[in-house]
Amino acid sequence: MSSPIVSMRDITRRCGAVVANQHVSLDLYAGEVHAIVGENGAGKTTLMKVLYGMRPPHAGGIELDGRPVSIPSPAEAMKLGIGMVHQHFLLVDTLSVADNVVLGREPHGALGSYDPVAAERRVAELAERYRLAVNPAAHIAGLSVGEQQRVEILKVLYRGARVLILDEPTAVLTPQEVDELFGVLRELRSGGTAIVLITHKLAEVKAIADRVTVMRAGRVVGAGPAAEFSIERMAELMVGHVPAPLARPALRTPGEPMLEAMGLSCTDARGLDAVLGVTLTVRSGEIVGIAGIEGNGQHELVECLSGLRHEFAGRVRVAGHDVTARGVRAHIEAGLAHIPADRLRRGLVAEMTSGENLVLGRQREAAHGIWLGGRSLEERARAPLGHYDVRPDDPRMLAGRLSGGNQQKLVAAREMSRDARALIAAHPTRGVDLGAVDAIHRRLLAARDAGLGVLLVSSELSEILALSDRVLVMTGGRIVHETTPAATDERTLGLWMTGRATLIDSPLEPPRPPAASRPPSRSGHDEAPRA
Amino acid sequence: MSSPAPAERGPQPEPPRRTAFPLDALSPLVAVLLALVAGGVLIAAVGQSPFEVYGLLVQQALGTGYGVGQTLFKATPLVFAGLSVALAFRAGLFNVGAEGQMYLGGFAAALVGAYVPLPWPLLLPVALLAAALAGALWGAVPGLLKARFGAHEVINTIMLNFIAFSLVAWAGQSLFVRATVRTSEVRSAAWVSRLDVVLPWLKGSPANLTLLLGVVLALALWLLLFRTRKGYEWRVLGLNPTAAEYAGVRTRVAVVQSFALAGAIAGLGGTSFVLGYKHWFEQDFTAGAGFMGIAVALIGRNHPVGVLVAALFFGALAYGGLVVNRFVPADIVNVLRALIILFAISAHALFTRWAKQRAA
Repeated sequence: MSSPIVSMRDITRRCGAVVANQHVSLDLYAGEVHAIVGENGAGKTTLMKVLYGMRPPHAGGIELDGRPVSIPSPAEAMKLGIGMVHQHFLLVDTLSVADNVVLGREPHGALGSYDPVAAERRVAELAERYRLAVNPAAHIAGLSVGEQQRVEILKVLYRGARVLILDEPTAVLTPQEVDELFGVLRELRSGGTAIVLITHKLAEVKAIADRVTVMRAGRVVGAGPAAEFSIERMAELMVGHVPAPLARPALRTPGEPMLEAMGLSCTDARGLDAVLGVTLTVRSGEIVGIAGIEGNGQHELVECLSGLRHEFAGRVRVAGHDVTARGVRAHIEAGLAHIPADRLRRGLVAEMTSGENLVLGRQREAAHGIWLGGRSLEERARAPLGHYDVRPDDPRMLAGRLSGGNQQKLVAAREMSRDARALIAAHPTRGVDLGAVDAIHRRLLAARDAGLGVLLVSSELSEILALSDRVLVMTGGRIVHETTPAATDERTLGLWMTGRATLIDSPLEPPRPPAASRPPSRSGHDEAPRA
Repeated sequence: MSSPAPAERGPQPEPPRRTAFPLDALSPLVAVLLALVAGGVLIAAVGQSPFEVYGLLVQQALGTGYGVGQTLFKATPLVFAGLSVALAFRAGLFNVGAEGQMYLGGFAAALVGAYVPLPWPLLLPVALLAAALAGALWGAVPGLLKARFGAHEVINTIMLNFIAFSLVAWAGQSLFVRATVRTSEVRSAAWVSRLDVVLPWLKGSPANLTLLLGVVLALALWLLLFRTRKGYEWRVLGLNPTAAEYAGVRTRVAVVQSFALAGAIAGLGGTSFVLGYKHWFEQDFTAGAGFMGIAVALIGRNHPVGVLVAALFFGALAYGGLVVNRFVPADIVNVLRALIILFAISAHALFTRWAKQRAA
C-alpha cells in the first residue's frame, strides 16, 4: 500500500447541539476493505456522509490523491469517483435494472433519444466484469433485497467510482446474500476499488475487512489492520467505559406476571423475519432489560407487546388479560404504559401543548364524560410537569418547542404517572441530559418498587446493567442469552450482542467470558448459534 | 441524526422562550394585504385608480344595509363550506367534495320541503336534517374508501362531486318543473326567515337565518375540536397519525366519522339558497361556493372563528366584485381571490420556516 486515495483529516461535524464527529481522521487505500464499526449514534454514517458530500464538515479537510478537495454535494463526490450505497435503496420500482443504473447518465441513440438497448448492453457488461449476478432487463419491483442492493452497487460502479461506501449493507440481507455480497466485494477489491463497510457486526469485520476503524461517541477510539483486532477488543472499544452506575437496588421477589409474550414471531416492513419465537415474562416488581444493538427485532417486539402491531404469531398478556393483537386501546385498558422509542414520531404531538400531550393515550381516563380540554387539562398537567422537572413547566407550551430532553421527560412523566400494571420503556433516556437520565432511572426503579412489571429496552448497556433485575440479550430476532447484572458485565454482553452475528461462513468464536467474571448463564432462552 | 451517548453530548440548548402569540396567525392578514397591493397594480394597469375601485368595493359591500345583507348572504354558504373543509383538515383529511355535498344537501332539503307532507313545526327541521344527512352520506363515502382501502380522499371527493351533479341532473328529468332546471317551490312551512325581518336595516337583501345556524355551528365545532375527547382524538390524528395510533385512537372509525360530519356541515350549507332565498332547488346553485370553502378554511387557518371572518371577507369580495364590474373587468376580483390564496400559501410556508429558524 502506497499513498491513500482518500485522506480525511481532523473532521468535525455537528448535528444541532450534538458533535457527531470530533477530529476524526481516516485513510482509504486502493484495493482494501475498510470497516468502520461502532454502536448506533457513534458517528459512522455521519463521517461517510461528510465524504459523500451530504454533510460538509464544520472543520477539517479531505484530500483525494494527495490534493485537497472540497465536496459540497453528492454530485461532486460522484465526479471525484466516490459513490455511496445507502441503507435505504433509492431505486425507481417501475423501471428496469438497466434504466435505474444509467439514470442521469443515459446512453443516447442516433437522434439523441434514450437508447435502452445500449443501456442494457453496458449494464450487462458491467455486471459481467464484477460478477454481479443481475438481469439488466428485470424490473426493480420483482427483485429481492439482495438483488436491489447489487443494482445500487452497479449504479455506483457505472459512474466510475474508485471509492465505494456501503452503509450497513448486511442489515437487510439473508446470510446467503451476505456471502454473495462479500464475494462481490472481494472481486471489487482485487480490481483496486477502495471499499468502506459501515457495520456493527464484528464477525463481518473479521470475515472481510483489511483494516478497521472503531468509533464511539463521535471519536475514533481504535484503528489499524483488522488482523490486530479481536472481536473482544473491538466490542470493548465500541462500548467504552461506564459511568458510575446507580447504587444496585435490592433484589425483590417478583410477583404476578404483568407482561407476557409467548412464542412471538413477526416480520419487519420488508417482510424479513424480525422476531423469531420470543417468549418472556415480566413480573410485578421486576425490571427486565433487553440488551441488543438496534435493529435486532426489539422495535418489532415492542410493537407486538404494545398493541401497535396486529399481525404476528404468538400471544401477549398484560396483567393476566389476553390482549393478543387486540389493539393499543385494549393494552392500555389492561394496564400497559409505554414509553415509545421515537418520542416525536409516536410519543408526542409537536403542535399540541404539554398539557394536551400529557393525556395522549390517556384521553379516556382524563375526559369528564365527553369533555376534555381547557382549564382542567392545564390543572391536571401541573403536578407531572413539576415532578418530572419539565422545563418550562408551562402546560400551554407547545411540545415541539421543548428541547429533546424535556420532550423525553414529558413522555416519561405521562407514562409513569399513571395507574399502570406494566410499563414498556424503550430507550427511555435517549438524548436526555445526565441529570434527567438519573431522574428517569430513579422513577423506573420507583415504578418497579410500586409493583409494576417493567420491560426496559435499551442499547445503552450501562443503563441495562444499572436498572435490570434480569437481562435478556436479543440478537437477530431471538433472545440468545439470559443473565443477571451481577453475573455479567458490559464486555460479556457486548460479545453476546455483537460476537454472534448472523454470518454463516465466517469462523465464530463463542464468547469467552473474561476471567474476572462468572460465566454467562446457560439457562433460560439461551440458544446455540446456528450453522 | 446520530446522537452520541448522553455523557458525550454538549450542553442542552436552552429551551426557546415561550411564545404566547403565534406569529403565524398573522400570515393570512399579510397575505390579504399583499394581494390587495398586487391587485392594485393590476387595476392601475387597466387604467383605473386602485383607491377608487377598492373604495367603491368597500362602500358597496359594507356601506349600505342592502350591501351588508348581500355580503352576509354571499358569506353564508362559505361559512358552511369553510367549516366543512376546516373540520376535515383538522382530522388530516382534505375535503374537496364540499361542493357536491352542499349540492346534494340543497337538493334533499328541496325535495323534503316540496313533497313531504309534514305540518309547520316539523317540516323545517326535517328538511334541514335531510340536507345534513345527504351531505353526511356524500362525506362518509370517501371516508369509508379511505379507511377501508386507503383510497386517497382528494381524488374520491372530486369524483363524487361529478357524481352528485349527474345524479341530480338525472333525477331532475322527472322532478324538475317542466322546461326549467329547478324543483317546484318548497312549502312555506319549510322556509327560513330572512334577516331583514329582525334587522329592517338589511331591507331587501336575501340574507337569512341560516347564517345564524352557521355561526352556531362554528361555535359548536370549536367546542367539539378543543373541548371534547373526540375532537382531541381527531386533532391528534390530523397532526400526527402515528401518535394517534399509539394513543389508541381508532383511526379508521375517526376518518369515517369526521368526514361524515364535514359532509353534513357542507350539506346544511345548501339550505341558505334553497330554504332561505329562492325556496326551490336550482341546477348549479352552489356556483363553486363549496370549492371556495377550501380558500376560506385556508385563510381562516382551519379555526372555526377564523373561518367565520374569512367567509365574511370572501362574501364581501364576491358581492363587491359584482359592483365594481362597471369600472374594471369582473375577472379582476377572481384574480384578487386567486392572489390571496397564493399569498396565503406562501406566507404560511414562509412564517413556518421563520419559526423553525428561530427555534433552531
